[in-house]
Amino acid sequence: MTSFTINGRTVTTDLDDDTPLLWVIRDHIGLTGTKFGCGIGMCGACTVHVGGRATRSCITPLAAVEGAAVTTIEGLDPASNHPLQQAWRALQVPQCGYCQSGQIMQAAAMLQDFPAPSDAEIDAVMTGSLCRCMTYVRIRAAIKQAAAEMGAKP
Amino acid sequence: MSRLASHAGTASPFSRRSFLVASGAAGVAFGFSRVLAAIDPSVPGSVPAAATGPLFEPTIWFGIDAAGIVTVNIIRAEMGQHVGTALARILADELEADWDKVRIVHVDSDPKWGLMVTGGSWSVWQTFPVFSQAGAAGRIALIEAGAKLMGANPANCTAKGGAVHAGGRSMSYGDIAKSGSVARQFTPDELKALPIKPVKDRRLIGRETHGLDIDAKTNGTAIYGIDAKLPGMVYARPKLPPTRNGSKVVSVDDAAAKKVKGYLRYLVLDDPSDTVPGWVMVIASSYYAALKATDLLEVTWTTGPGADMTEASLQDHARALVAKADGGIQLDIADDDSTPNFGAAAASTIEQIYTTATVLHFQLEPLNALAFEKDGVFEIHTGNQWQSLILPTLAKALAVPETKVVLRSYLLGGGFGRRLNGDYTIPAALATKALGRPVKMILTREDDARFDSVRSPSVQRLRMQFDGSGQIQTMEHHACAGWPTQVIAGPTLLAKTKKGGQYDPFAIAGADHWYDVGHQKVRAVANDLANATFRPGWLRSVGPGWTNWALESFMDEAAHHTKTDPVAFRLKLLSGEGRNAGSAPNAVGGALRQAEMVRQAATKAGWGRPLPADTGLGMATSFGQERDMPTWVACVAQVHVDRASGIVRVEKLTLTVDAGTIVDPDGALAQVQGGALWGLSMALHEGTEFAAGQVKDTNLNTYTPLRIADVPELDISFADSAEVPVGLGEPATTVVGPAIGNAIYAATGARLRHIPITPAAVLAALRAR
Repeated sequence: MTSFTINGRTVTTDLDDDTPLLWVIRDHIGLTGTKFGCGIGMCGACTVHVGGRATRSCITPLAAVEGAAVTTIEGLDPASNHPLQQAWRALQVPQCGYCQSGQIMQAAAMLQDFPAPSDAEIDAVMTGSLCRCMTYVRIRAAIKQAAAEMGAKP
Repeated sequence: MSRLASHAGTASPFSRRSFLVASGAAGVAFGFSRVLAAIDPSVPGSVPAAATGPLFEPTIWFGIDAAGIVTVNIIRAEMGQHVGTALARILADELEADWDKVRIVHVDSDPKWGLMVTGGSWSVWQTFPVFSQAGAAGRIALIEAGAKLMGANPANCTAKGGAVHAGGRSMSYGDIAKSGSVARQFTPDELKALPIKPVKDRRLIGRETHGLDIDAKTNGTAIYGIDAKLPGMVYARPKLPPTRNGSKVVSVDDAAAKKVKGYLRYLVLDDPSDTVPGWVMVIASSYYAALKATDLLEVTWTTGPGADMTEASLQDHARALVAKADGGIQLDIADDDSTPNFGAAAASTIEQIYTTATVLHFQLEPLNALAFEKDGVFEIHTGNQWQSLILPTLAKALAVPETKVVLRSYLLGGGFGRRLNGDYTIPAALATKALGRPVKMILTREDDARFDSVRSPSVQRLRMQFDGSGQIQTMEHHACAGWPTQVIAGPTLLAKTKKGGQYDPFAIAGADHWYDVGHQKVRAVANDLANATFRPGWLRSVGPGWTNWALESFMDEAAHHTKTDPVAFRLKLLSGEGRNAGSAPNAVGGALRQAEMVRQAATKAGWGRPLPADTGLGMATSFGQERDMPTWVACVAQVHVDRASGIVRVEKLTLTVDAGTIVDPDGALAQVQGGALWGLSMALHEGTEFAAGQVKDTNLNTYTPLRIADVPELDISFADSAEVPVGLGEPATTVVGPAIGNAIYAATGARLRHIPITPAAVLAALRAR
């Protein structure tokens, strides 16, 4: 049995230890905002937070999250109103949108480490997240807008 | 082989495993249902709201309910273009609707909608007249009914903001609909005759707005095909055969697969439509089990054609075909189709070969489909771009009439042309028919790449001859590639020449350009080896993706050959005379509009200014997808070339676009941003090759599309135009590659004639100087 919390709620399962967290979240818990893209941790569409750190759920075995706090896009903010989400809407970042949950989760974790990220820091962190529609210009602008918004708050 | 050759697995199908979620977890349950008859992407979960009270539906395209909600029916796929928003605004503008009360619904594949296809950058262009007239019809009917209800003369009534106004009084559309008194219907001829608003009276078209699909894509509530599920469904993953065509299963051994918990069985598909020959489906109670069991399943096949095919073999074949004087189809470019005596009377000639590599779609959502039978009707739940094309194939595969198959639309996690080919619906449909239960098929990324309808590699030969004054006398463009329309859509969709020759218009478009080049010959040649080895696909911009690479690189070479500035050279040839004068409705102004974009891009990019060492500007231009629907685009790329490593750094792309009337300005900008960066990605970052009959790169460990760190500065502007709105999804894609190649030449004198441009190729070209 494996127990962990997802978006603040406790879940317990006897699924096999090697089951990727992605499929546990999508198919067993039923939260589908986290997406399957490449299966090898290189596109970023499956990014969630484990203990606050950006984690590729497609290559994270269930056993690795025993006792951990997992957050998905659905739990990033209770009202889906994280400054990044606001900026993503204001700048109309998504096109097809399939990668954007992962982009936002990756960016949210980054802003904890780099509250006012430089272009080089954005490049270094966000280059792990592929956007096939190539919304990169807006992703960068939205991160900066959200960082400014968060920095402006006491 | 029997239709259903299979063996039962060891696990029972519905051994529900223990999974507990603390109470209070909303929407969290094993096996919950999420199937949608149609989707409204503006609401969480995408479920369209039910109408309130009586519905006024003057045409099939929209309805107004008693609450005044206008629901617009969208037959185009939402794959990132915010297409429903743009189309609804066309209709709502003519209807004089209150935009806040407009909803969109992406509908199912009911034949009443007519041709359902989302591609070719056609959506706004095709829909604009239809939705304008539908909106006008609604407005006229509502004014008539509102006038009657208010006891006013319709001639004294106006419509605005979702209400009919008569003097000081007004009545909302909702109240008019609620009265149930509007019965006006319009015949198709009446609709076509309805006058459309003058441009100055538009309230929504061309104004900034917020894409209706955007918000749900920021919080995890947007529903894609991969998210569709039904209680009782089983998961499936295919075991792909060694060749795309003609493979046959010899034996299957699932001894190892049986050890996977959740493995149920395998199915050897018998496909009357021959869409998925040699496919074996692995069925399991969870996707992870299907994924693991497929890896362990042992299958032997006899292979079909192309099992040992390599990229070099495909391209050598194409080279031989374009070198031959005969073969292929010569397009009707001019009334005079005689073959010029090339080189005979010329003062000078130039000739070059240009090539492009195989490219994957790599849309981020791997192909998937949920299929089940309900009341004798097979339902396919997935994202798809061409329902009308795949429905007959589904019917054939399932051996049922087309009326017994329905496709239900979900959001597409990227289309880019991959989902024009609905081949992926077939295996899910066959599996559900064989098993008698819902089947959810998901391809892994590697499966998706191997099953891709890739952009065919291409070889093109271009020739030009000049007189003593440097005037072009003759130009020839011979292009050879796999023909997607021939292979996937069949002969009825091929274009015909006056002499009866049939060719794939989408595989040669772009070569029939708007430059004045004297006697012009364009020849389209199918690469039959490519057609047999894989199923060539339509990939964002299709033919112009390779034809414009060749054409615009060659124009640059021709300019330098005549010692003319490449911008001045193009402007001179874009004279707008003769066949290039353009005509109403779609191409008013002709080549002169293309020339204007070239001029503006050059000015904005500072063409001719001094630049640092090894830095250069390159120009390329395009008329978009088709001569019949030209979108005029020009691009200047500024690049720096590192002579030591061969690495090309694109510093800036300046694009100018004349797409006629722009309906949704921010959506238009997004399309050009994305399209241009696709062009950059295909020019420098992505591409694969065939090896042993399969694409060599199947995942991001070796397939390397553009990432955020390599995005240059973008300067994009649109012509202010009231002309017919044309397409925007693709045209920006095709100018970027040649602009980069031409900029590399400007920076270093090294000429690149193959994309993707690799550092090794740059080094080789530098050495060859």
